[in-house]
Amino acid sequence: MMKFISPAKLTELGILGMNRRNISFIGQYNPRRNYRLVDDKLLTKKAAIDNDIPVPQLYGIVERQQQINGLAAMLAGYDGFAIKPSQGSGGKGILVITGRKEDCFVKSSGVEISTEEIGRHITNTLAGLHSLGGRNDRAMIEALISFDPCLEGYSYEGIPDIRVIAFKGIPVMAMMRCATHSSDGKANLHQGAVGVGLNIATGRSVGAVQHGQLVEVHPDTGAIFSELQVPHWDNILDLAARCVEMTGLGYLGVDIVLDRNFGPMLLELNARPGLAIQVANQSGLRHRLAIALKIAEQTDDHDTKIALAKEHFGGQ
Amino acid sequence: MATPKVHIGVIAGVLILLGIGLTLYKSIVLGFPLLPGKYREVWTIESKISITPTEGPVEVDLRLPEDLAGWVVLEEHFASSGFGFTVVDDKGARVARWTRQALDAPTTLYYKLQTYRLQESELEDAAIPDIEEPMLEADQLAAMERLVGILREQSSGPASFAGLLATQLTDESQNLDASFLLGSYEDAKHLVMLEVLAFAGIPAREVRGIQLQDGRRRQTMSSLIEVYNGSSWVTIDPGTGASGLPTGFFVWERGDESVLSVSGGRNSSLEFALVENSLPARTVVGMEQRSHDYALLDFSIYSLPVEQQGMFKGLLLIPVAALIVVIMRVLVGLKTSGTFMPILIALAFLQTKLLPGLAIFIILVSVGLWIRSWLSHMNLLLVSRISAVVIVVIFLMAVLAIVSYRAGVDQALTVTFFPIIILAWTIERMSILWEEEGVKEVLRQGGGSLLVATLAYLAMSIPLVEHLTFNFPEMTLCLLGVILLLGKYTGYRLFELYRFRDLAFKE
Repeated sequence: MMKFISPAKLTELGILGMNRRNISFIGQYNPRRNYRLVDDKLLTKKAAIDNDIPVPQLYGIVERQQQINGLAAMLAGYDGFAIKPSQGSGGKGILVITGRKEDCFVKSSGVEISTEEIGRHITNTLAGLHSLGGRNDRAMIEALISFDPCLEGYSYEGIPDIRVIAFKGIPVMAMMRCATHSSDGKANLHQGAVGVGLNIATGRSVGAVQHGQLVEVHPDTGAIFSELQVPHWDNILDLAARCVEMTGLGYLGVDIVLDRNFGPMLLELNARPGLAIQVANQSGLRHRLAIALKIAEQTDDHDTKIALAKEHFGGQ
Repeated sequence: MATPKVHIGVIAGVLILLGIGLTLYKSIVLGFPLLPGKYREVWTIESKISITPTEGPVEVDLRLPEDLAGWVVLEEHFASSGFGFTVVDDKGARVARWTRQALDAPTTLYYKLQTYRLQESELEDAAIPDIEEPMLEADQLAAMERLVGILREQSSGPASFAGLLATQLTDESQNLDASFLLGSYEDAKHLVMLEVLAFAGIPAREVRGIQLQDGRRRQTMSSLIEVYNGSSWVTIDPGTGASGLPTGFFVWERGDESVLSVSGGRNSSLEFALVENSLPARTVVGMEQRSHDYALLDFSIYSLPVEQQGMFKGLLLIPVAALIVVIMRVLVGLKTSGTFMPILIALAFLQTKLLPGLAIFIILVSVGLWIRSWLSHMNLLLVSRISAVVIVVIFLMAVLAIVSYRAGVDQALTVTFFPIIILAWTIERMSILWEEEGVKEVLRQGGGSLLVATLAYLAMSIPLVEHLTFNFPEMTLCLLGVILLLGKYTGYRLFELYRFRDLAFKE
């Protein structure tokens, strides 16, 4: 039986709807001209490096079809890497190579593929198959994340990433997205990944949700979510807030991964972050965004904003 | 935050009030009916006179139609670029006269009129013309005498005489004399008929007019015969011999005067483009009485050329479909493949009708997806791939049309109304969606698109909606206002009430 929630209840919970997000936040605080920096991952990476925000190392860029002939030489010396469309969206078109086996490369799923097949993937990427609006694109080859062992077990066949919604420089809500077998190694909640709500003050789990239902343990690995404590939490909040300053976008989704050696790294930014984070946190964004707006009016100081965010949004 | 919203509110309010105000004005003051009610078939006849000039001054005379046999002329427009133009009176008939000192290139002149048939009456009584005895060769005389003799025996009066004559002349094998006369005159059949009738001493003359056919272009003038049976005039169709005015025959002129006469030109021709519109009876009356008194009517869609009127009939329905799309996306939250693809599909449905349209669409997209999956193995560049899909779609349409036509299903011929490029993009998008998100998402978005298209089609095919959009284009302002307001709607979508349903049990 299909059940609906009443609009009054949604308002009471402070759930942010798609229409209000588009008009009152994205439309109002995200100037169109700043989108490019976010939609093009190469530009994001460059800006991040300029602002001392750590990002995965860039091995190379493929801009033209002819460059694919020299692909083998370009990849020489790298055993693991990820190939991404520069303007991809929603994790589309990302090819992760974790090692080599004789002449072939090994994908994260264990399947072996040849250099030609990687070339074909890049051809599609250049033609815009994976990109926003099907525009011609560039392919970037970047270093693999060697993910932090303390998060081991929370993700299956994929790296967990941390999504922070930052509004006017204030981290408002956060979640960790853990891939599962049913999400096919992808970190998208609607494909079956687990979303773990995180306490803004501490980086501890406040609850985990898969397919909209609360779950206690990871369905594949059995890891207990209530024991989750994301390390380097203060660095993560600091990084998210700095991204807002870097992009000039008021309402921003910041995707962060934890690297074993380098700590939190910026993976990508999103000018139209989704609403699923509210389900993972079992809490609405609207009240928090209203408080964040007040904080932003009170102070311009980076550290004070984060401190106030921790104070207001930490008490779950 | 409040300011822009209030701003939009004011603009939308003004638009809606303006739309309602103009609509009410038209309906109350000008008497346009808000409900469809009784319809009249109003024909727009566009006459096209083509002339190739010779040396010297050019004069083109066109006899204008009078209100005959229940036909009422509503409006007339003349186009005369570079010509002097007057309407003169010539023995009681109106003649449009275009004049020019010299002309160096072939030219076309236009005369457009709108007319409807107030009542199905026969031609009015008129003076009986004198009968001119035809001049005949000896063998023609003999044939004429024999033919008239036989027809006199078989007929009961002038009308049936003329009717029989028409059939004899049509089916030449029936009567050798009739076929001989037709051959020796080397003239149009109705002219031979007039000669025979004159020989038999029956008053008769020609009636010229246009056989009306909706959407017909390059129609030429056709002729009927009318005979006087002693008390009234009876019209005879020289093709069939049937008496009475054929349905849909617009009477242009009675008598033998030529309709078009050109001096200073050659190869002149007169052709007609015809369009039929169903207009509410009261609107028609309004047009008749007030067409020149109110600027609003002068600037209405009825003042446009015929073909554009037909275009606008369709175009004015699009805002309704757009409103449906906005409601379904903003208020309901339905996902569609491409924002306005459903509107284009709905427009195609208007031509194909709903069920055949749905069937054709699903067949085209499914087969297209299947073929597209081969293309995806070929590793083509994006533009080539989509172009290939476009070509495949055209082939599919042709195959579908031919196969179903052979099988006797005429409905499938309407397949050509589907926008090819949109279909190609839909197939391409669905195919990528399939690879990335799986079949479920394809069915969800495809189903959503078809649902919105169906709703838009249903809304557009309501007779009241068609009536209102075409007769009260001002109402589009109201739609615009509502769409602007919906563009500022920040409430929840219906689907979000489902999406966040589990949060209801929190605490």
